[in-house]
Amino acid sequence: MLMPDSIASLAGLAADSPLRALLARRADILELTERSRQAVLSPRDAGGLSPTVRALIAVRAAARLGDFVLKDHYFDLFSHADGAYDLAELADPDKRADDPWLAAVLDHADRLTREPRTATPADIATLKRAVVSDADIVRLAELAAFLAYEARVVAGLRLIEARR
Amino acid sequence: MKPAVHHYTTDVLDWRPFVTPVKLDEASPEQREALKITPSNKKVSDYVLVLAHDPETLLHRSPLFNKIMFGTDGLDRASRELGAIGSSIVNRCIYCVAAHARQYNQLTKTTALVDTIFADETRARLPPREQAVFDFAVKLSAFPPAATGDDIARLSKAGLDPLDIFDLILSAAIFGWANRLMHTLGEPVRAG
Repeated sequence: MLMPDSIASLAGLAADSPLRALLARRADILELTERSRQAVLSPRDAGGLSPTVRALIAVRAAARLGDFVLKDHYFDLFSHADGAYDLAELADPDKRADDPWLAAVLDHADRLTREPRTATPADIATLKRAVVSDADIVRLAELAAFLAYEARVVAGLRLIEARR
Repeated sequence: MKPAVHHYTTDVLDWRPFVTPVKLDEASPEQREALKITPSNKKVSDYVLVLAHDPETLLHRSPLFNKIMFGTDGLDRASRELGAIGSSIVNRCIYCVAAHARQYNQLTKTTALVDTIFADETRARLPPREQAVFDFAVKLSAFPPAATGDDIARLSKAGLDPLDIFDLILSAAIFGWANRLMHTLGEPVRAG
């Protein structure tokens, strides 16, 4: 389960790091970050994007980002999710799903991770052709966008920690 | 149909969604709760009504965004806006750039810096403090993030303390989030 200080632990802050006092001054922001994480990865109403698929997307995004701490964290979440065994091969971000719905979802997640600037209305049309619902398109964007945010908060903190 | 805006501007823009916004009179109690906390004077925007498709996330992201951008201590607001602009240039979110370049200009009562960024994008040459802030936001926003310890050292030299630097990380990062919604779920069009 995700702890309130998971950003600190994902950033690899030492137990006695002075950065912990700095994070405490932004406790409200970190708390909302954790609530957001819950909402995108383990929501009460997952819609068409199961917690397993959400965790899979997080594993692939972390792998694309080359962030092995995040990747291990999300692989642990993924491997404990229902039906993960059937999707395990897709944890490799270069593998493409056979199922057209899942392929469209993972392709779009990959674009949001790597090159959102290239997004066009055609990407949304592609998702709709694969029968991804409007609500799931929004859920997918929020998930991929949260992961981009989290990866950068963690990367930035590691840089400050490394310089102290 | 009005053409989408693809160039940098500080004009007030409208946003046209690619997915159907939630209809306010059909919104569920949970969607209504998530929509309520968004600052809205006259009407709820199509952007927020699109995000209401995922009310659990909207409920937390709106206050998260506001706390990061409008925090009352730590990094000055203009520098947070510059962090937002850096991310939005990397991700080419024209709507986000317009809104936050406008904010930056209002806060600093200048236009030259924004004009330089519009012309030269991530290669813009700026005064030292603004350069350090902008370059850090640009590098952190890259895929994969490319900021280094040297960039942190430049921020320190420019007078940012660790809390200021963390606030800058947060403002660039939250725009990595906002850009991925605004630039991919719809497009900017001229207002009116």
